[in-house]
Amino acid sequence: MTTLSERTAAPATVTRRKLDWGMVARIVLLVVAAVFILGPVMWTLSTSLRSAAESFQLPPQFLPLNPDFSSYGQVFKQLNMMMLVLNSALVTGLIAVGQMITAALAGYAFANLKFRGKGALFSIVLATMMVPAQVTIVPVFMLIRGMGLSDTLLALILPAIPTAFGTFLMRQYFLGLPGELAEAAAIDGASPWRTFRSVYAPLAMPGLAIVGILAFNFHWNEFFRPLILTISEQNFTLPLGLVSLQGNLGTGSISVVLAGVVLSMIPALVVFIFGQRALRDGLTAGAGK
Amino acid sequence: MTAQTTALPSKRRQAAGPGHPVSIPGRERQRWLPWAFLAPTILGMGLFTLLPIVASVLLAFFRWDIISAPQFVGLDNFVEAAQDPTVRVSFVNTLVFVALAVSLQLGLALALAILIQERLPSWLRVFFRSAFFFPLILSAASVSIFMRYLFNEQFGVVNWLLSLVGIPAVPWLTTPTGSAAVVILVYVWQNFGFSFLLFIGGLASIPVETYEAASLDGATGWRKHLHVTLPLLSPTTLVASVMAIINALQVFDQPYVLTRGGPGDSTRTAVMVIFESAFQRLEFGQASAIGVILTLIIMAITAAQFRLSKRFVFYQ
Repeated sequence: MTTLSERTAAPATVTRRKLDWGMVARIVLLVVAAVFILGPVMWTLSTSLRSAAESFQLPPQFLPLNPDFSSYGQVFKQLNMMMLVLNSALVTGLIAVGQMITAALAGYAFANLKFRGKGALFSIVLATMMVPAQVTIVPVFMLIRGMGLSDTLLALILPAIPTAFGTFLMRQYFLGLPGELAEAAAIDGASPWRTFRSVYAPLAMPGLAIVGILAFNFHWNEFFRPLILTISEQNFTLPLGLVSLQGNLGTGSISVVLAGVVLSMIPALVVFIFGQRALRDGLTAGAGK
Repeated sequence: MTAQTTALPSKRRQAAGPGHPVSIPGRERQRWLPWAFLAPTILGMGLFTLLPIVASVLLAFFRWDIISAPQFVGLDNFVEAAQDPTVRVSFVNTLVFVALAVSLQLGLALALAILIQERLPSWLRVFFRSAFFFPLILSAASVSIFMRYLFNEQFGVVNWLLSLVGIPAVPWLTTPTGSAAVVILVYVWQNFGFSFLLFIGGLASIPVETYEAASLDGATGWRKHLHVTLPLLSPTTLVASVMAIINALQVFDQPYVLTRGGPGDSTRTAVMVIFESAFQRLEFGQASAIGVILTLIIMAITAAQFRLSKRFVFYQ
């Protein structure tokens, strides 16, 4: 460690021409870490591109030289992949949109509107973030049953729409926008609803994007609630379907299961590529000081 | 540049002054308006969060299998939970898991955050940062599915790699220690990126001048980190460890998919026991009691940690 960081401690003494051994050592360590992190994903991708018969072979091939896409066809045959994808898309999409709308409204009220009991109410909203979902799942399950929504996609969607975290995030966002805008809108005769709809909501789009992306990523990957709240296979979401596929099949079709896993990662990957900044900001927002 | 400073511009502004509730003269009659904005969230949270919290606590004092009428049993559920060997072992497992996984996660995250924060070409920094946080966006269930193949005793890549350096096949998923190790490794593999992001934000908030001053005083290398970085980073470390502990206490997906809690009860966790007693044995009261115990543990650990922080955390 000593040599690793000496450079930055005394940069003035380093001549530019010399190879920076501290930096080389640091990069080597970081590359090793990156191999451990990305290796399993690469192996998954490459194994999904091997034929079922070859998927056990050792030594493993990390580069798929002769890709075989038959596993991707197989996973659609062995599993109702289309249905799983549609279910997951429907559930996650509706939750994301629902969270964006409700969080924008509530966040705006907490930031910009005056009403009695605001502080107390906001504290309650924040406090609910600390109670783990696993603890409330039993009553939620019974509530869903009582509402006659057992084993429907709505059972997954409805309880996930009200969001304490999203409300908190949007309140912070609205507080960051200048209050003069509302005064100007009021002078122009705009109703409070109009002020929200036409002035503040459009300006809060980056914040809303964070709420939507986080909701999408979380619920696309979610396993615990679907495991409990859905019963029949036609209501399964992707992670649940894949776990049941791995359970049903014995050995012999690793590549088929992994093809499903790879497919299920694509939307998360798209979000990662295009919304990485929003993801990072959102994930760390709760930890702000 | 960093997540925390750019996360929400509002935070900085908010710190500068209070919010700015808008009072609009002549519109006093619209008292109901804020409630219209709040209704979806308040009603939804009341129904799906607050009511379940209250119900969960009440249910902990009843015996109920959904079919017959609930029966008040006082503290029986708690007593039974405390005496049940499976429940006890699962709580011990969970605490051991938290201790090991969280230390590994924080250590790794801090080391990599420091490595990446030092002088490095910026494209490399972006690459490594993305790589380290990538597993976080994957589904824990999917990750556990492929990790189960990687750790397979006969044809898994992990044992094949170990065989290259002469280590005989490790029975990862068939022995208690092996299974526990796999659950910890897979969990840390996926989650350390979160602590890593927090540490990057924390490191960026340490003023460069502090390091310059330390260098003038002759501090170099790890001594610099020991005496400058660690104390100044302690508020971040506190937040990162509280969040890591709370998340780890609720571990479910990885042990469920990787081992189903086995072999025996060796990787059964607290949340797995809640799940099994409620949805496999239909002992809803018992499950609620275990849930209440878990929540109390989470609250106690959080409170203790903030207590401790007053003594050890160095705020600038």
